[in-house]
Amino acid sequence: MNQRSGSVVFDESFLSVRAKLLEISATLDRVDRAVERGDPLDENAVEQRERVDHAIRLLLSERSDRTENIQRLFSRRYRPNWRTDMAVS
Amino acid sequence: MDYIDPHIHMVSRITDDYETLSRMGCVAVSEPAFWAGYDRGSVDGFRDYFRQLTEVEPKRAANYGIQLFCWLCINAKEAENVALSREVIAMIPEFLDHPNVLGIGEIGLNKNTKNESIIFLEHLELAIKYEQSILIHTPHLADKYQGTRMILDMLSDDSRIDRDRVLVDHVEEHTIGEVLDRGFWAGMTLYPVSKCTPERAVDMIEMYGPERLMANSAGDWGPSKPTAVPDLIFEMRRRGHSETLIRKIVYDNPIEFFSQSPNFNNHFQSR
Repeated sequence: MNQRSGSVVFDESFLSVRAKLLEISATLDRVDRAVERGDPLDENAVEQRERVDHAIRLLLSERSDRTENIQRLFSRRYRPNWRTDMAVS
Repeated sequence: MDYIDPHIHMVSRITDDYETLSRMGCVAVSEPAFWAGYDRGSVDGFRDYFRQLTEVEPKRAANYGIQLFCWLCINAKEAENVALSREVIAMIPEFLDHPNVLGIGEIGLNKNTKNESIIFLEHLELAIKYEQSILIHTPHLADKYQGTRMILDMLSDDSRIDRDRVLVDHVEEHTIGEVLDRGFWAGMTLYPVSKCTPERAVDMIEMYGPERLMANSAGDWGPSKPTAVPDLIFEMRRRGHSETLIRKIVYDNPIEFFSQSPNFNNHFQSR
Protein backbone atom coordinates (compact mmCIF):
# COMPACT_ATOMS: atom_id res chain seq x y z
CA MET A 1 0.00 0.00 0.00
CA ASN A 2 2.87 2.39 0.78
CA GLN A 3 4.20 3.41 -2.63
CA ARG A 4 7.10 5.54 -1.42
CA SER A 5 10.64 4.22 -1.70
CA GLY A 6 12.75 3.46 1.36
CA SER A 7 15.10 6.26 0.35
CA VAL A 8 12.30 8.79 0.32
CA VAL A 9 10.98 7.61 3.69
CA PHE A 10 14.44 7.69 5.21
CA ASP A 11 15.29 11.09 3.81
CA GLU A 12 12.11 12.72 5.10
CA SER A 13 12.56 11.08 8.52
CA PHE A 14 16.28 11.60 8.98
CA LEU A 15 16.20 14.81 11.01
CA SER A 16 13.41 13.50 13.20
CA VAL A 17 15.25 10.23 13.86
CA ARG A 18 18.44 12.15 14.58
CA ALA A 19 16.63 14.34 17.10
CA LYS A 20 15.03 11.35 18.84
CA LEU A 21 18.39 9.55 19.08
CA LEU A 22 19.91 12.66 20.65
CA GLU A 23 17.07 12.74 23.20
CA ILE A 24 17.79 9.14 24.16
CA SER A 25 21.54 9.65 24.34
CA ALA A 26 21.15 12.82 26.39
CA THR A 27 18.82 11.03 28.82
CA LEU A 28 21.24 8.13 29.27
CA ASP A 29 24.12 10.60 29.74
CA ARG A 30 22.08 12.41 32.41
CA VAL A 31 21.50 9.14 34.24
CA ASP A 32 25.18 8.17 34.03
CA ARG A 33 26.34 11.55 35.34
CA ALA A 34 24.06 11.14 38.35
CA VAL A 35 25.45 7.64 38.97
CA GLU A 36 29.02 8.94 38.64
CA ARG A 37 28.25 11.51 41.32
CA GLY A 38 27.69 8.58 43.70
CA ASP A 39 23.93 8.12 43.37
CA PRO A 40 23.52 4.50 42.15
CA LEU A 41 20.34 3.28 40.47
CA ASP A 42 17.88 1.47 42.70
CA GLU A 43 16.62 -2.01 41.84
CA ASN A 44 13.64 -0.76 39.83
CA ALA A 45 15.74 1.70 37.84
CA VAL A 46 18.34 -0.99 37.09
CA GLU A 47 15.59 -3.21 35.69
CA GLN A 48 14.23 -0.33 33.61
CA ARG A 49 17.69 0.49 32.32
CA GLU A 50 18.25 -3.12 31.30
CA ARG A 51 15.04 -3.11 29.33
CA VAL A 52 16.01 0.13 27.58
CA ASP A 53 19.35 -1.46 26.67
CA HIS A 54 17.46 -4.49 25.35
CA ALA A 55 15.21 -2.21 23.29
CA ILE A 56 18.25 -0.51 21.79
CA ARG A 57 19.59 -3.91 20.76
CA LEU A 58 16.22 -4.66 19.12
CA LEU A 59 16.54 -1.40 17.18
CA LEU A 60 19.76 -2.72 15.68
CA SER A 61 18.10 -5.89 14.39
CA GLU A 62 17.58 -6.26 10.64
CA ARG A 63 13.89 -7.21 10.90
CA SER A 64 10.94 -4.97 10.01
CA ASP A 65 8.97 -5.82 13.16
CA ARG A 66 11.13 -3.86 15.62
CA THR A 67 8.20 -1.82 16.93
CA GLU A 68 6.11 -4.87 17.75
CA ASN A 69 9.07 -6.52 19.46
CA ILE A 70 9.83 -3.44 21.55
CA GLN A 71 6.15 -3.20 22.52
CA ARG A 72 6.29 -6.80 23.73
CA LEU A 73 9.51 -6.13 25.63
CA PHE A 74 7.73 -3.44 27.65
CA SER A 75 4.65 -5.60 28.25
CA ARG A 76 3.58 -7.83 31.11
CA ARG A 77 3.50 -11.50 30.20
CA TYR A 78 0.26 -13.13 29.06
CA ARG A 79 -0.54 -16.46 30.67
CA PRO A 80 -2.93 -18.60 28.58
CA ASN A 81 -4.32 -20.29 31.70
CA TRP A 82 -5.17 -17.01 33.44
CA ARG A 83 -8.88 -17.88 33.81
CA THR A 84 -8.03 -20.96 35.84
CA ASP A 85 -5.41 -19.11 37.90
CA MET A 86 -7.83 -16.30 38.71
CA ALA A 87 -10.85 -18.57 39.08
CA VAL A 88 -12.79 -16.58 36.48
CA SER A 89 -15.34 -18.91 34.91
CA MET B 1 -13.17 15.93 4.36
CA ASP B 2 -16.13 14.87 6.49
CA TYR B 3 -15.03 12.52 9.24
CA ILE B 4 -16.33 10.75 12.35
CA ASP B 5 -14.41 10.45 15.61
CA PRO B 6 -15.58 7.06 16.93
CA HIS B 7 -14.14 7.53 20.42
CA ILE B 8 -14.00 10.89 22.17
CA HIS B 9 -15.12 12.05 25.61
CA MET B 10 -16.76 15.39 24.89
CA VAL B 11 -18.19 15.76 28.40
CA SER B 12 -14.59 16.57 29.35
CA ARG B 13 -14.04 19.12 26.59
CA ILE B 14 -14.97 22.76 26.33
CA THR B 15 -17.55 24.06 23.87
CA ASP B 16 -14.83 25.69 21.77
CA ASP B 17 -13.64 22.17 20.92
CA TYR B 18 -16.97 21.44 19.28
CA GLU B 19 -16.51 24.48 17.08
CA THR B 20 -12.96 23.43 16.19
CA LEU B 21 -14.03 19.87 15.40
CA SER B 22 -16.85 21.14 13.22
CA ARG B 23 -14.50 23.45 11.32
CA MET B 24 -12.15 20.49 10.76
CA GLY B 25 -14.92 18.40 9.13
CA CYS B 26 -16.21 16.36 12.05
CA VAL B 27 -19.85 15.42 11.43
CA ALA B 28 -20.40 12.87 14.19
CA VAL B 29 -18.73 11.49 17.30
CA SER B 30 -19.34 8.51 19.52
CA GLU B 31 -18.69 8.89 23.21
CA PRO B 32 -18.12 5.80 25.36
CA ALA B 33 -18.85 6.00 29.07
CA PHE B 34 -15.57 6.19 30.98
CA TRP B 35 -13.81 7.08 34.22
CA ALA B 36 -14.49 10.61 35.42
CA GLY B 37 -11.09 10.98 37.09
CA TYR B 38 -12.56 9.86 40.40
CA ASP B 39 -14.62 6.88 41.54
CA ARG B 40 -18.35 7.65 41.66
CA GLY B 41 -20.09 6.70 44.85
CA SER B 42 -23.51 5.48 43.83
CA VAL B 43 -25.65 4.15 41.01
CA ASP B 44 -27.41 7.52 40.90
CA GLY B 45 -24.08 9.14 40.08
CA PHE B 46 -23.98 6.95 36.97
CA ARG B 47 -27.64 7.59 36.19
CA ASP B 48 -26.90 11.33 36.12
CA TYR B 49 -23.83 10.70 33.93
CA PHE B 50 -25.90 8.66 31.47
CA ARG B 51 -28.46 11.48 31.33
CA GLN B 52 -25.60 13.83 30.46
CA LEU B 53 -24.51 11.46 27.65
CA THR B 54 -28.01 10.91 26.27
CA GLU B 55 -29.72 14.27 26.84
CA VAL B 56 -27.30 17.14 27.44
CA GLU B 57 -24.22 16.37 25.33
CA PRO B 58 -26.09 15.64 22.07
CA LYS B 59 -27.66 19.11 22.25
CA ARG B 60 -24.30 20.77 22.91
CA ALA B 61 -22.86 18.93 19.88
CA ALA B 62 -25.83 19.71 17.66
CA ASN B 63 -25.24 23.43 18.13
CA TYR B 64 -22.13 22.92 15.98
CA GLY B 65 -23.65 20.53 13.46
CA ILE B 66 -22.16 17.44 15.09
CA GLN B 67 -24.22 14.33 15.87
CA LEU B 68 -23.24 12.74 19.18
CA PHE B 69 -23.82 9.05 19.87
CA CYS B 70 -22.79 7.22 23.03
CA TRP B 71 -22.08 3.90 24.73
CA LEU B 72 -22.98 2.95 28.30
CA CYS B 73 -21.21 0.93 30.99
CA ILE B 74 -19.27 1.16 34.21
CA ASN B 75 -15.62 1.42 33.25
CA ALA B 76 -12.89 -1.02 34.25
CA LYS B 77 -11.27 1.29 36.80
CA GLU B 78 -14.45 1.33 38.85
CA ALA B 79 -15.17 -2.38 38.30
CA GLU B 80 -13.17 -3.25 41.40
CA ASN B 81 -16.33 -2.22 43.24
CA VAL B 82 -18.28 -5.28 42.14
CA ALA B 83 -21.46 -4.44 44.07
CA LEU B 84 -21.72 -0.96 42.54
CA SER B 85 -20.85 -2.34 39.11
CA ARG B 86 -23.74 -4.76 39.30
CA GLU B 87 -26.13 -1.98 40.30
CA VAL B 88 -25.00 0.08 37.30
CA ILE B 89 -25.30 -2.87 34.90
CA ALA B 90 -28.84 -3.48 36.17
CA MET B 91 -29.72 0.19 35.58
CA ILE B 92 -28.26 0.54 32.04
CA PRO B 93 -31.33 -0.92 30.23
CA GLU B 94 -33.26 2.21 31.30
CA PHE B 95 -31.24 4.07 28.65
CA LEU B 96 -30.77 1.56 25.83
CA ASP B 97 -33.74 2.78 23.80
CA HIS B 98 -32.52 6.37 23.83
CA PRO B 99 -32.00 7.48 20.22
CA ASN B 100 -28.27 8.18 20.54
CA VAL B 101 -27.21 4.98 22.38
CA LEU B 102 -25.12 2.64 20.21
CA GLY B 103 -24.36 -0.12 22.70
CA ILE B 104 -22.29 -1.20 25.69
CA GLY B 105 -18.88 0.44 26.21
CA GLU B 106 -16.18 1.18 26.79
CA ILE B 107 -15.92 -2.01 28.79
CA GLY B 108 -12.62 -3.78 29.25
CA LEU B 109 -9.72 -4.21 31.61
CA ASN B 110 -7.42 -1.76 33.35
CA LYS B 111 -5.01 -3.68 35.59
CA ASN B 112 -6.19 -7.09 34.37
CA THR B 113 -7.63 -8.21 37.70
CA LYS B 114 -10.17 -10.87 38.62
CA ASN B 115 -12.89 -8.34 39.50
CA GLU B 116 -12.37 -6.44 36.25
CA SER B 117 -12.73 -9.72 34.36
CA ILE B 118 -15.90 -10.66 36.22
CA ILE B 119 -17.55 -7.32 35.47
CA PHE B 120 -16.39 -7.45 31.86
CA LEU B 121 -18.12 -10.82 31.48
CA GLU B 122 -21.29 -9.47 33.10
CA HIS B 123 -21.28 -6.57 30.63
CA LEU B 124 -21.03 -9.12 27.81
CA GLU B 125 -24.12 -10.85 29.19
CA LEU B 126 -25.94 -7.53 29.18
CA ALA B 127 -24.95 -6.85 25.57
CA ILE B 128 -26.02 -10.32 24.48
CA LYS B 129 -29.35 -10.11 26.32
CA TYR B 130 -30.23 -6.76 24.72
CA GLU B 131 -28.54 -7.46 21.34
CA GLN B 132 -26.18 -4.51 21.69
CA SER B 133 -22.91 -3.71 19.91
CA ILE B 134 -19.83 -3.59 22.14
CA LEU B 135 -16.96 -1.09 22.36
CA ILE B 136 -13.92 -2.32 24.27
CA HIS B 137 -11.16 -0.45 26.08
CA THR B 138 -7.81 -2.23 26.21
CA PRO B 139 -5.32 -1.32 28.95
CA HIS B 140 -2.40 1.00 28.50
CA LEU B 141 1.37 0.58 28.45
CA ALA B 142 2.73 -2.56 30.15
CA ASP B 143 -0.76 -3.95 30.76
CA LYS B 144 -1.97 -3.69 27.16
CA TYR B 145 -0.67 -6.92 25.67
CA GLN B 146 -1.72 -9.14 28.57
CA GLY B 147 -5.09 -7.39 28.94
CA THR B 148 -5.89 -7.50 25.24
CA ARG B 149 -5.17 -11.23 25.12
CA MET B 150 -7.39 -11.77 28.18
CA ILE B 151 -10.20 -9.78 26.58
CA LEU B 152 -9.89 -11.72 23.32
CA ASP B 153 -10.00 -14.96 25.31
CA MET B 154 -13.25 -13.93 27.01
CA LEU B 155 -14.82 -12.83 23.75
CA SER B 156 -13.69 -15.86 21.79
CA ASP B 157 -14.82 -18.31 24.47
CA ASP B 158 -18.43 -17.14 24.05
CA SER B 159 -19.98 -18.36 20.82
CA ARG B 160 -22.94 -16.01 21.29
CA ILE B 161 -20.72 -12.97 20.59
CA ASP B 162 -21.10 -11.57 17.06
CA ARG B 163 -17.56 -10.44 16.27
CA ASP B 164 -18.78 -8.03 13.59
CA ARG B 165 -20.44 -6.06 16.38
CA VAL B 166 -17.36 -5.73 18.61
CA LEU B 167 -14.83 -2.88 18.36
CA VAL B 168 -11.58 -3.45 20.26
CA ASP B 169 -10.03 -0.06 20.85
CA HIS B 170 -6.56 1.34 21.56
CA VAL B 171 -4.80 -1.31 19.48
CA GLU B 172 -1.08 -0.89 18.86
CA GLU B 173 1.59 -2.74 16.93
CA HIS B 174 1.67 -5.73 19.27
CA THR B 175 -2.12 -6.21 19.52
CA ILE B 176 -3.69 -5.16 16.22
CA GLY B 177 -2.87 -8.36 14.34
CA GLU B 178 -4.60 -10.71 16.75
CA VAL B 179 -7.68 -8.47 17.04
CA LEU B 180 -8.18 -8.37 13.28
CA ASP B 181 -7.22 -12.02 12.76
CA ARG B 182 -9.95 -13.07 15.18
CA GLY B 183 -12.55 -11.14 13.21
CA PHE B 184 -13.14 -8.11 15.43
CA TRP B 185 -13.05 -4.44 14.51
CA ALA B 186 -9.99 -2.52 15.69
CA GLY B 187 -9.61 1.11 16.75
CA MET B 188 -6.31 3.00 16.82
CA THR B 189 -6.14 5.79 19.37
CA LEU B 190 -3.99 8.80 18.58
CA TYR B 191 -2.75 10.07 21.89
CA PRO B 192 0.25 12.18 22.84
CA VAL B 193 1.75 9.96 25.54
CA SER B 194 0.34 6.51 26.22
CA LYS B 195 -0.95 5.32 22.85
CA CYS B 196 0.18 5.94 19.25
CA THR B 197 1.04 8.78 16.91
CA PRO B 198 -0.65 9.49 13.57
CA GLU B 199 2.53 8.32 11.84
CA ARG B 200 2.47 4.93 13.56
CA ALA B 201 -1.27 4.61 12.93
CA VAL B 202 -0.72 5.13 9.20
CA ASP B 203 2.06 2.53 9.35
CA MET B 204 -0.50 0.08 10.74
CA ILE B 205 -3.01 0.94 7.99
CA GLU B 206 -0.29 0.27 5.43
CA MET B 207 0.65 -3.05 7.07
CA TYR B 208 -2.83 -4.41 7.81
CA GLY B 209 -5.06 -2.70 5.23
CA PRO B 210 -8.19 -0.64 5.86
CA GLU B 211 -10.75 -3.36 6.56
CA ARG B 212 -12.41 -3.21 10.02
CA LEU B 213 -10.00 -0.48 11.08
CA MET B 214 -10.77 2.98 12.50
CA ALA B 215 -8.90 5.84 14.15
CA ASN B 216 -9.96 8.02 17.06
CA SER B 217 -8.68 10.74 19.35
CA ALA B 218 -10.07 9.44 22.66
CA GLY B 219 -9.92 13.10 23.67
CA ASP B 220 -10.73 13.42 27.36
CA TRP B 221 -9.76 15.40 30.47
CA GLY B 222 -6.11 14.28 30.28
CA PRO B 223 -3.35 15.21 27.83
CA SER B 224 -5.07 14.52 24.52
CA LYS B 225 -5.81 16.16 21.20
CA PRO B 226 -9.42 16.20 20.03
CA THR B 227 -8.32 17.02 16.48
CA ALA B 228 -6.08 13.95 16.21
CA VAL B 229 -8.17 12.36 13.45
CA PRO B 230 -7.52 15.31 11.10
CA ASP B 231 -3.82 14.81 11.94
CA LEU B 232 -4.16 11.25 10.63
CA ILE B 233 -5.90 12.53 7.48
CA PHE B 234 -3.02 14.96 6.97
CA GLU B 235 -0.40 12.22 7.39
CA MET B 236 -2.20 9.90 4.95
CA ARG B 237 -2.40 12.68 2.35
CA ARG B 238 1.24 13.54 2.92
CA ARG B 239 2.18 9.95 2.09
CA GLY B 240 0.09 10.03 -1.07
CA HIS B 241 -2.79 7.80 -0.04
CA SER B 242 -6.03 8.17 -1.99
CA GLU B 243 -8.98 10.16 -0.74
CA THR B 244 -11.05 6.98 -1.07
CA LEU B 245 -8.78 5.11 1.33
CA ILE B 246 -8.68 7.99 3.81
CA ARG B 247 -12.44 8.31 3.73
CA LYS B 248 -12.84 4.58 4.35
CA ILE B 249 -10.84 4.84 7.58
CA VAL B 250 -12.33 8.04 8.99
CA TYR B 251 -15.92 7.94 7.69
CA ASP B 252 -17.09 4.80 5.87
CA ASN B 253 -15.78 2.29 8.43
CA PRO B 254 -17.32 4.01 11.47
CA ILE B 255 -20.66 4.16 9.64
CA GLU B 256 -20.42 0.49 8.65
CA PHE B 257 -19.76 -0.54 12.25
CA PHE B 258 -22.24 1.82 13.88
CA SER B 259 -24.97 0.88 11.40
CA GLN B 260 -25.33 -2.42 13.22
CA SER B 261 -26.89 -0.42 16.06
CA PRO B 262 -30.56 0.27 15.30
CA ASN B 263 -30.41 3.69 16.95
CA PHE B 264 -27.66 4.78 14.55
CA ASN B 265 -29.56 3.62 11.49
CA ASN B 266 -32.68 5.40 12.65
CA HIS B 267 -31.07 8.70 13.60
CA PHE B 268 -27.77 9.30 11.76
CA GLN B 269 -28.12 11.92 9.04
CA SER B 270 -25.40 12.01 6.39
CA ARG B 271 -24.67 15.36 4.77
